[in-house]
Amino acid sequence: MIQHPAMLSRRSLLGAGSALVVSFTLARPPFPTATAQSAPPRLPGSLRTTPMLDAWIRIDANGISVFTGKAELGQGIKTALLQVAAEELSVETKQITFITADTARTPNEGYTSGSQSMQDSATAIRHAAAQARELLIAAAAARLGLPAEQLTARDGVVSSPDGRRADYRELATAEVLHLEARPQSKLTDPGSYRWIGKPMPRVDIPAKVTGATAYVQDLRLPDMVHARVVRPPSYGARLRSVEVAAVERLPGVLKVVRDGHFLAVAAQREFQAVQAMDALARASQWDEDKALPNPNELYDWVRNAASKEYVIASVGNVAEPAGRSLEATYHRPYQLHGSIGPSCAVAQAEAGALTVWTHAQGVYPLRAALAEMLGLAQDKIRCIHVEGSGCYGHNGADDVAADAALMAMALPGRPVRLQWMRDQEHAWEPFGAAMVTRARASLDDRGSIATWQYEVWSNAHSTRPGGAGNLMPAWHLRRAFSQPMPEPIPQPTGGGDRNAIPLYQFPNMRIVHRFIPQMPLRVSALRGLGAYMNVFSLESFMDELALAAGADPVEFRLRHLADARARAVVELAAEKFGWDAARKPSRGLGRGFAFAKYKNLAAYTAVAAELEVERESGQIRLVRFVAADDSGEIVNPDGVRNQIEGGIVQSTSWTLREAVAFDETRIRSRDWSTYPILRFTELPEHVEVHLIDRPGQPFLGTGESAQGPTAAAIANAVANATGVRIRELPFTPARVKAAIAA
Amino acid sequence: MRLRRALFGVLSVVLLGAAGFLFFSRQPALPAMQPASAVSFERALIAKGAELALIGNCNVCHSKQGGAPYAGGRPLKTPFGTVYATNITPDAETGIGVWSETAFLRAMREGVRRDGAHLYPAFPYDHYTKASVGDLRAIYAFLMTREPVRAETPNNELPFPWSERALIAGWKLLYFKAGELKPDPTLSAELNRGAYLVEGLAHCGACHTPRNHWGAEANDRYLGGGDIDGWHAPALNGASPAPVPWTSEQLFRYLTTGFEPPHGVAAGPMQPVANNLGMVAEQDVKAIAAYIGAMLGPATANRRPAPVAPEAQATSRPAGGDVKTANSDGAVIYAGACALCHEPTGQGFSAHGIALTSSKVVAMADARNLTHVILEGIDPPKASPAALMPGFGAAFTDTQIAALMAYLRATFSNQPAWSGLEETVREARQSAREP
Amino acid sequence: MLTLNINGRPHPVEAEAATPLLYALRDELGLNGAKFGCGLGQCGACTVLLDDRPILSCITPIAVTQGRQITTLEGLGGIDHPGPVQRAFIAEQAAQCGFCIAGMIMRAEGLLRRNAQPSDQEIRTHMRANLCRCGTHMRILAAVRRAAQAVRSAGVDTPPTQDARR
Repeated sequence: MIQHPAMLSRRSLLGAGSALVVSFTLARPPFPTATAQSAPPRLPGSLRTTPMLDAWIRIDANGISVFTGKAELGQGIKTALLQVAAEELSVETKQITFITADTARTPNEGYTSGSQSMQDSATAIRHAAAQARELLIAAAAARLGLPAEQLTARDGVVSSPDGRRADYRELATAEVLHLEARPQSKLTDPGSYRWIGKPMPRVDIPAKVTGATAYVQDLRLPDMVHARVVRPPSYGARLRSVEVAAVERLPGVLKVVRDGHFLAVAAQREFQAVQAMDALARASQWDEDKALPNPNELYDWVRNAASKEYVIASVGNVAEPAGRSLEATYHRPYQLHGSIGPSCAVAQAEAGALTVWTHAQGVYPLRAALAEMLGLAQDKIRCIHVEGSGCYGHNGADDVAADAALMAMALPGRPVRLQWMRDQEHAWEPFGAAMVTRARASLDDRGSIATWQYEVWSNAHSTRPGGAGNLMPAWHLRRAFSQPMPEPIPQPTGGGDRNAIPLYQFPNMRIVHRFIPQMPLRVSALRGLGAYMNVFSLESFMDELALAAGADPVEFRLRHLADARARAVVELAAEKFGWDAARKPSRGLGRGFAFAKYKNLAAYTAVAAELEVERESGQIRLVRFVAADDSGEIVNPDGVRNQIEGGIVQSTSWTLREAVAFDETRIRSRDWSTYPILRFTELPEHVEVHLIDRPGQPFLGTGESAQGPTAAAIANAVANATGVRIRELPFTPARVKAAIAA
Repeated sequence: MRLRRALFGVLSVVLLGAAGFLFFSRQPALPAMQPASAVSFERALIAKGAELALIGNCNVCHSKQGGAPYAGGRPLKTPFGTVYATNITPDAETGIGVWSETAFLRAMREGVRRDGAHLYPAFPYDHYTKASVGDLRAIYAFLMTREPVRAETPNNELPFPWSERALIAGWKLLYFKAGELKPDPTLSAELNRGAYLVEGLAHCGACHTPRNHWGAEANDRYLGGGDIDGWHAPALNGASPAPVPWTSEQLFRYLTTGFEPPHGVAAGPMQPVANNLGMVAEQDVKAIAAYIGAMLGPATANRRPAPVAPEAQATSRPAGGDVKTANSDGAVIYAGACALCHEPTGQGFSAHGIALTSSKVVAMADARNLTHVILEGIDPPKASPAALMPGFGAAFTDTQIAALMAYLRATFSNQPAWSGLEETVREARQSAREP
Repeated sequence: MLTLNINGRPHPVEAEAATPLLYALRDELGLNGAKFGCGLGQCGACTVLLDDRPILSCITPIAVTQGRQITTLEGLGGIDHPGPVQRAFIAEQAAQCGFCIAGMIMRAEGLLRRNAQPSDQEIRTHMRANLCRCGTHMRILAAVRRAAQAVRSAGVDTPPTQDARR
């Protein structure tokens, strides 16, 4: 049982005291029972698991290096972390060499996911850097024979009032930073920030716009060869036979590898590998089964599949609803990550050791999984993160690393670059799960919500490796690994039940998560996890209730919202949008509003949408989006803006266009023609984002906070424009047209 | 003497004829009226008119690129010069805002402007005349309730004597028969409805029928194929070039979504038609499809699909060393550019490109359509966002495109080779839109 | 052996005639700007210019490019001296993962070489051929508008043809 989320918010507000001393951050709020003990105060962020300062900061004669276990996914985290490090070390950003996730060099911070990087890594680096700075000042004080309070550190130099100086590089002997971090740090006063809060340009963009090597897809190592895999035509298909002789004779082909149902080919040149892959596919025969649900009965399948029930919130008594009641059921199909660049990895096996260059979100978990798959000791494997294209969660990155590793083992000494084709990425990446939600509520005689019930049916939202069992290529080996039964991600973070508990205050509430372990279609974490669908559902439902209560949708939300920062975000978005309760929408135009605090732990985001519906065709023409966001203390305002804008556009594509197509045997969404996404001609005219900065407050992750509210804002605007409530995603023209006609 | 009398006789006949003709050709002007206000029309009538206007494709001709809907300005190239579609928004000065319903009906049924002048038959009143008065009144209600837009229609660019509207009276005498199409008791209700729409508002024959020297549809070759905007509108009768015969069901889906494998995508001038029909009541499009299906008739021997063995298709892909077996320019281009989408991969997946053996643009005698498709690509129709093809106008030169087309013709059809392909490509480029 | 004219210089390539230009650029010549996004001409990540016009290098066999001018991202400017379109993208911070951006820049360059005053609608229609999955579209549009401005005010209409990096 969990406390009401509103109480957690108050605790977090109390926890953030003065700007100079922060005793702990909101990385993971304590469960009620944990606070009862008199445990030592926990270290901030990822320092909890990696407490040594010199795991994060190294200074030697060459300069300053800062390490993070997180990965740059294109969300700008490298730049933001650099800003934090530079701020607290009191140096310029260009004085720092920044190293990201590498099992040989950086702390283990698990996965870069869940919008945790600021809360985990930035917090750790912030404190480590601040403490390092103070240690260097102390070392300078000892050397200069002056009290530390008289010294100032700036740009890598500690100086005294009388002009004597000591450079960090001289001060930082091996012992100085080889200490465990302390729970408290002397943090820089926000009033004197040089880097935090500034829209510093991203350090990775110049290389990306000029063609310098930036992605794992661009890596070129000496003697490198190219490989392609031939995937089965469907999950569980079995390779009956394959004639490899002809393929082996093709120009440039070095080796064909068959291991059970795993089939791949390596060649000298990349296009030769592509052609060989094609020939190998034609030369192979597979046995397939009908193992997928009937796509026309998908939601029946979701509702009826065996599930485990978790009551994740229970307040008061929902059994006797008072007054008017409403009920609604919502549906969401499987949806793709659809990374624009198919997944890729480079691997090299040499002298019993394996190096893998990968864009997987978790290099340490990947290493463990590869070790298990290959039967190697973990310390024989090094996984180095190199950027790929945006992954938006668990895509093919881990799997292709496994493919590349297998080929590297078959061609010892040669670096092997293996890249998936477009149809392989589409068909084999783990999808965002299909979900059904049902909301029931009753209104009291003042038109406020008296009881609230909500159920969500969903598959798992994380099947990340872990172990070899979650590396898809390992399922096809002769010595096969089976996919383990998935477990739900517990609250308060949640998986399918992420954001199933509204931030609103209801006197009586019951929220149930029905977790479906069986996964006929492969699923895992897609950006936002269950939050996209849960926020779409409950924010659509809030509008349905507001309509029943005869209330303005914004006012109705404020009526139930106690969290002051949440109210501020709602009010700001409404104000900037020009949300006038009294105004009637102009002919054909509809407007909609939605709000959520991601995971009830991260950023607060409100989105207002305006659009037009062409009734005869069901086409939706987006006019504008206006969003407001509170991400705590903002490190890089432009980065936050970019994430919110991007989240709005990405969610618009999901909401208007996207559903994985399949039949009872195969996945049918294989390319952009069979899974269309939003193009430039379908964009809104205008998107604007307004930020509320909270200097001194903990960082709150922003990468996934806009998607849910955007979907609901669109749904509410469509209802406003047409008088018709649509509850099934996506809002394709055919579906909108049919709903209007009905 | 006899000669002089003969000449005088001829001259008087000619003069009398001309005088009578000129007398006859002049129609009375109808008075201007106060622009009608929107509320004077019933909502149901407006809604009906909206649907009929979609079937009639009014917005397609009467709107120009980047212009307001129905505000005119679009040029229509004819063999006689260029005619500009007029502004039919209810603007009082530049549109039809002061046209009474009577004036509008006369224009649609008789091809006469409010001021009495004859309208050029580039405006297909020879079809619209077949519509009922009730339907035309609904269209009037719809147009008069659109947003009035002030936009002057450019003057037509017609050299003398085609600039003289009086000549149209003669044309009408020979080629125009006014009157509503009455139902045929031997046809089913659906076919009657289909006939009514096809012959009337949908005016399919206006593009899909060849025209004679005077620009009139050649009735003896009705729906035998025509020209529009540099494209060929294929025959919709027994002479249809489609290698795979159309069924009415396929036609219905094609007309409503714009994409029907194995036939292909509604491209070029046909795409706006499909976009419009996708917004029309389904039973009307079914009726149109049924009637056209009946016109197409059963597949004749020369229209059976050319059987191309699957193996032959497979080897046209560059399966490693096999590319040497087909090393002409056209084959190389096909292998590197087209086969990726137009043939299934070794994994059996197909990226929406239709099998070219069933493509009518490869099989038809007129090479222009395929030229346009290659140069410009295909924008997805409104209802089929997936049906998208990139254009190759920038990637390939005229010579390369000609070589590719020759290869496609030889490989994927059993029709005789096209000639003059480079010239066709060069000409098509002039009117091609950027890919 | 074919010779390709890339960014103003001849480059011999060993690949077969039907090889898509994308592979020749990336694998043989190490020009990583153009990306493999789909190999089907659907996403535009592979966009380069051929005779000043944008093409999809993943579906353009090198055979057709002989004797013609190929321009890649590297030909517009390097990291020390980015060209006007590249500078506009940096100024607008028009990238998240950035994988689509090289194609976007080339596509925009193709537009601006023909029309230095595109309307917003013209930009959107022109860029339709390119996909972005991160949702950076609004910034990309802003970058193209900004680049158009820069091109107009600099009076730049002859694009750089040298490969600034080599």
